[in-house]
Order: sequence, then C-alpha cells, then structure tokens
Amino acid sequence: MNELTVFLIMVISTLIGGIYLGLLGRGIDRKIAAKFQSRIGPPIRQGFWDLKKLMLKQTIVPENSITWVFKGAPLVALVTSAMLLVYIMVPYLLYLTGYESPMFAHMGDFILVIYLLMIPAIALVAGGFSAGSPLSTIGSQREMVVLMATELPLAVTVIAFAVKMSVLAPSMPSFSIFTAASNPVWNGMGPAGILGVILLASAFLFIIPAETGKIPFDQAEAETEIAEGLLAEYSGKYLAFFQLAEALKSLGVVALVVVLFFPQGVSTIMGGQMIAGGINITVPCEIMFFLLKVSVVYSVSISFIRVSMARLKISQVSKFFIYSVSAVSITGFILIMIDPRIMAM
Amino acid sequence: MKKDSFKYFKRSLWAFHINSGSCNACDIEILAALTPRYDAERFGIKLVGTPRHADVLVITGTMTEKIKDKVIRVFNQVPDPKLVMVVGSCGISKGVFQESYAMAGPVDAHIPVDVYVPGCPPRPEAIIYGVARAWEKLEMLEKGNAAS
Repeated sequence: MNELTVFLIMVISTLIGGIYLGLLGRGIDRKIAAKFQSRIGPPIRQGFWDLKKLMLKQTIVPENSITWVFKGAPLVALVTSAMLLVYIMVPYLLYLTGYESPMFAHMGDFILVIYLLMIPAIALVAGGFSAGSPLSTIGSQREMVVLMATELPLAVTVIAFAVKMSVLAPSMPSFSIFTAASNPVWNGMGPAGILGVILLASAFLFIIPAETGKIPFDQAEAETEIAEGLLAEYSGKYLAFFQLAEALKSLGVVALVVVLFFPQGVSTIMGGQMIAGGINITVPCEIMFFLLKVSVVYSVSISFIRVSMARLKISQVSKFFIYSVSAVSITGFILIMIDPRIMAM
Repeated sequence: MKKDSFKYFKRSLWAFHINSGSCNACDIEILAALTPRYDAERFGIKLVGTPRHADVLVITGTMTEKIKDKVIRVFNQVPDPKLVMVVGSCGISKGVFQESYAMAGPVDAHIPVDVYVPGCPPRPEAIIYGVARAWEKLEMLEKGNAAS
C-alpha cells in the first residue's frame, strides 16, 4: 500500500474510533463513579445522549461577549484535541501493525505533544475570558494556574524519556513517540531506573486529572462554587463541542501514558504472532490489548481519583504541582540519569 | 421550539435549581433525590451549576418580591426548549405565606410552569415522579396535543 493511503486510513479510523470511545469512556467513568458511591448510575451510552441533546438545543451567544473569540474557541479546542489524539495514536498504531517506512520514523514528537496538550486549555481560557461573565473570568484564571503548574513535571518527564531513549536506541530520534513505543522504557533498567520510572508514572497519575480538568483539579469548572466557571456562558452546540473536545483530550492523555509507560504489545509479551485458525489475528489482538490498557489507566487515574478525593483549593493545586509533583518527577529524572552509572559500578 | 429535542430530554435532563424564597426543606429533598438511595442520575438527570446548561428549571419556594426579577431573568437565560418545575406547596399556591405582603404570588403568575410537585416538602419519590410527568407532557407535545 501507498504510504499516504496507510496514513489516511489510520488518521480517519483514529478520529472515528476516538470520538466513539471518548464518549463511551465518559459513560463508563460515570458508571464506575456511581458504583463507587453504591448508586446504579447512568447508562453507559449517556454521553451520546447528552451530546445529541446539546446539539439540538438553542445556542445563546451573550450580548457583552467578544463574539468571534466566543464562537471560535470551541472549534479550536475540538480540532486541537482531535489533532492531539491523532498525533499520539498514529505512531503507536504504526508500531502495533509493524508498518515501517522512513517517512514515519520521525513521527510523533513529544515536544509538539506538550504544546498540543496546551492548546485546548488555552482555547478554553480564551473562550472564558471572552464570555464577559465574572464567573467565567475567574474560571479562566484558575485554568491558567493549573496549566502553568502542570507544565514543569510534564516537561521533566518528557526530557527523562528522551534521555533514556538516546541510550536505548541511539540510531532513532530520541523525542519520537515511535521510538518510545518500540523501546519500552523499562528495558535495560537497574533498580534505581525502575524506581525512577515508577516515580514518573505516579507523577502522571495526578497530571492526567489536571490536564483533563477532573476532580480534584476541576477548579476551573467548579460547578457549585463558580457556576461551571469558564463554561458558564456556553450553551447548546458550543458546549457540545467543548464536551467532545474534553472527551477526545482525556482519551489522548491516557493514550499518551499508555504509549510512554506500557507500550508492550501482545506479540512482545507472548513472543510471536498470534494465529487462530490459520488467520493472523495479531493486529486485532494488539488493538484490544491497547484498549484494555487504556481503560485500566482511565479508570484508575480519572474515575478512582475523582471519587476518592474532594476538590482542592486553587492555591493548594499550584503548591501541590510546583512542589510535590515536580519534586517527584525531578527525582525520577535524576534516578533514570544516574542508573547506568550505578549499574556500571 | 424544536420538537426533535424533546426526544432526548427523556434520556438526558439537566436541572438548574433556584431557591425563590424557600425554607430549605424542598432544597434538601431535591438533594435527597440525587443521593444513592434514590439516584436520579440513573435516568440521566443531573444538577448543573448554570442556567445556560439547563433543560429544566427547578424552582422551590414561594416567590418573594425581591427575587421575582431575578427568577424571570434566570428563566430567560435558559436556552430553548425548556421546562419549568415547581417543587413544594409554597411555589404552587403561596402555601403558609398566603397573607404575607412580601410575596409576589405563586410562581406561575410570573413564568409559565409545566409541572407542579405538591408537598411540604414533597418526598424525593414525588420529585422523581414529577420529572416522569414532565416526560409524559413532552410526549403529548410531540404528538401535537398540547392540551393537558
């Protein structure tokens, strides 16, 4: 097959599957949260019904808003969230299907992923400021604080991975997702390095809810406190766009964690191709296994933390990320750095 | 009003709660309807924090003179199509505040009301039943028979 055809098929299937799984993920998340609180909870398809209803409702644009920013922000958030998901998923799918070509070797740059993670949040902030409501202005300011606080641990993690990749696979680009997927970070690690990776993973356990705006880091959208914060003035289809963007972004962030920390596929673990009845079913098995890993990470880092904690104050969030999570991730980084020297001793 | 979207109200109904001078008893019963014992979320009912996201406006308490303008303003902020549900005897008929000079009258004197849930306060079952009646009304509206 032509490289461009493969690429297009992967992008389109990621987008369709991402929208479907993102909304399904919201339903599963609400169901799990309800089970934790010994409730029955909404049906798993609730996310789809909410979205359809919002699309059919009237969309109000407030009189004192900056109209073009107010209308543009949801679209920007939706498009960049979709881009983030595609940008993380396509290199990983290439790795899973074993399709190798020089055109894709440099695909999926971590630094670009960090910036793509920021853009939907910045679109939310811009939309909140432009709405002309004091509540959404407060929400935007809080979102910016969370955004800046999570930046340092995220950057440290990415640099730690690049350092490790430059040791593991010197011939491949260090900042590429494809490299990280084909060389699991746990390979060739001493005890110190493994401890370091565990520290980085535990830092990510709190970065995921902060990036996706879930409890305990949902100060920007605190519904009982500041009336849904930066979404306060959004209604109808713009709200639906933001919800879809949030669903896609959650899926993207969780997929990033899976790709970074647990990229091993079925064929790596079982050691060979999976063949059932003469048909090679490796690729479907790999995708099922990937979805299993995504759902485990999703339910632990989003649902479980969401039901077991209360919303923090915004000052506590910045302190938590700037002191504790940064310290944990920098320690992990240092442990990964000195690991080869400890091993050599 | 678009009739199509009524179909999805049955699956997903977001409520915004206003206290227009209630004694808090009805408010507590509304919260009780969301607790694990009654769990209104299993029907897709959710309390939201802003009128812009709401489909149904849940009003508790008799309407005081001071809050009348605010309630009308919030009603106008809810995007169409919307429903109004009055919970408690006070909002329906002024309740025990019949002769008070501070009351602006029952809620339906100022904004159109779709569902009344009587009681002082109504039980959570009654509130969920009120939502079910709202769905019935929507079904009738869908069939074009608005006379109910």
